[in-house]
Amino acid sequence: MTQTTPKIRIRGLRKAFGPKIVLDGIDLDVMPGTSMVIIGGSGSGKSVLLRCILGLIPADAGTIEIDGVDVLSLPARRREAVIETIGMLFQNGALFDSLSVWENVAFGLLAAGRRHGKRPSRAEARATAGRVLEQVGLDPSVGALSPSELSGGMQKRVGLARAIAGQPDILFFDEPTTGLDPIMGAVIDGLIVDCVRKLGSTAIAITHDMASAQRIGDQAAMLYKGKLIWQGPATSLLNSGNPMVDQFTHGRREGPISMELRR
Amino acid sequence: MPRVNAVLDFIAALGRAALNLVRTAGALTLFGVAALSHLVRPPFYWRIFFGSLIEIGFFSLPVVALTALFSGGVIALQSYTGFAQYHAQGAIAGIVVLAVTRELGPVLAGLMVAGRVGAAMAAEIGTMRVTDQIDALTTLSTNPMKYLVTPRLLAGTIALPCLVLVADILGVLGGFVVSVVKLDFSAPAYIAATFTAVKTIDVTVGLAKAAVFGFLITLMGCYHGYTSRGGAQGVGSATTAAVVAASILLLASDYLLTDVFFSQ
Repeated sequence: MTQTTPKIRIRGLRKAFGPKIVLDGIDLDVMPGTSMVIIGGSGSGKSVLLRCILGLIPADAGTIEIDGVDVLSLPARRREAVIETIGMLFQNGALFDSLSVWENVAFGLLAAGRRHGKRPSRAEARATAGRVLEQVGLDPSVGALSPSELSGGMQKRVGLARAIAGQPDILFFDEPTTGLDPIMGAVIDGLIVDCVRKLGSTAIAITHDMASAQRIGDQAAMLYKGKLIWQGPATSLLNSGNPMVDQFTHGRREGPISMELRR
Repeated sequence: MPRVNAVLDFIAALGRAALNLVRTAGALTLFGVAALSHLVRPPFYWRIFFGSLIEIGFFSLPVVALTALFSGGVIALQSYTGFAQYHAQGAIAGIVVLAVTRELGPVLAGLMVAGRVGAAMAAEIGTMRVTDQIDALTTLSTNPMKYLVTPRLLAGTIALPCLVLVADILGVLGGFVVSVVKLDFSAPAYIAATFTAVKTIDVTVGLAKAAVFGFLITLMGCYHGYTSRGGAQGVGSATTAAVVAASILLLASDYLLTDVFFSQ
C-alpha cells in the first residue's frame, strides 16, 4: 500500500429506505491523515453514509474500502476487526447511562482486550480513562460521575474521550457541535483537531455548522439528494463557486436548493 | 361492486395481519436463536448477568411474595365456601397446595415479573436503541446481542424458578394461615394433608413452567426494546407490547405445558 492509496475509498454506494433513495451512487476518497467534512441539509443522508461505513446499516450496492480492503465483502469476524480501528463520536454522545463516565471511556479498551485475550484490569482501565479524560480537558475525578450528571458540553467531551481512547486509525464525528453554544462548539472543534493530529488519524465529520466545518476539515464535500455535488478544500466552503454550496453555506433562502416544506 | 370491494378489503386486511404475524414470529425466532447462540460463544458478560439476576430475582421478591401469600389465602377461603356445602373441607389443603405449585405460583409470579421486569427491560433497551447507545456498542467492539440480550435471557430463565419456589412456599403458607386462624383447621392435620396431596412432579413441573415463563418474559422485553423505533413514543409502545406479548405468551404456554404434563 502506498501513501496515495486512500484510507477510505467509497465507490457507487447506494442506500434506499423503501422508495426513498438516501445515497445514490456516492464516490468518495479520504486520504490518510486528512479530515473530510461532509455538509448537507437535515435528512440528506450524512448520518446514513457514516452508518453504512461502520456497517450499522447495510448498503444496497457499492464498495467501501478501508486500507484497500472492501469491508462490505468481509466475513463478520474480519469486519469486526476493521470496525475496531474506527472511533465514533455520536451526535448526542450516546453515552451508556447505566455506566459511570470512566467505564464509558474505558469500555472500548476493555472490550478490545477481552477480544484479544489481554484484558486490562479495571484499575488499569480506570487510570487510562483518567488520562484520556485529561486529554479532552476534563478532570479525572469526573470519571466517577454518571453521564446524566454532566452538561451537554461535558458529555460531548466524554464521547470524544471514548472515541479516542482506543487510539483509532479512523475517527467519525456525527454533528459534533450540535446543541452546544458557539464557545463550547469551538472548544470541541479544537479538541477534535488536537486529537486527530496527535493520533495521526483519518477523520470524517458530518455537520451543518459552517464554522465547525472550516475549523475541523482539510477537505469538504456536500451531500444533496443522495449525491455528492461538490468536493474541495474546506477553506473554500464559503466561496466554492457552486451555487448550491454557496446557498447552503450562506444560509440563503433563495437559490437552487428548494426545501421541501409540507404546508 | 362496492360490496365486492368491501369483502376484498376485508380479506386483504386479514392477509396483511396474517403476514405481519408470520413475519414477527419469524423475526422473534431468529432473535431468540441468535441470542441463545451467544451462550456458547465467548465472551459472556457475567456482570450484566448477575446484575439482571438480582434485578429480576431479588427485587421482584416483595411483589411476588405478597401476591402468592394473599392468593394462597384467597384459595383457602373460596374453597372453604364451596366445599363446606358438601362437607369436603378436608380437601382444602390439597387444593391450595396443588393450585399454588402447579398453576398460581408460576403464573402469578410470571405475570408480576412480566409487568415489572419485562417492561423495564423493554424501556431500558428501547431507550438505548433510540439514543444510539446500541450502535455505540457495535463501534466499541461489542456485539449488542451478546451484551444486552443473552445475559438477561439466562438471568430470567434462572431467576423465575427461584421466585416461584418462594411463591410456592408463601402461597401454601397463606392458605395455612387462613385455614388455621380463620377457619379453625387443626395445624398438624392441615400440614399432613398438604404433604399427602403434593407430589414432587407438581413442584418440578411448576418450576419448569417458571423457567419457560422467565425465558419468554425476558425475550419479549429484549426483543421489543431492541427493535423499537422513534423516540419516547416508540419506547412507550415497545414497553406496552413487551408486557402484553409476554402475558399472552405466558398464558398460552401455560396451557400447552399443563396439557403436556397434567392432562392424563
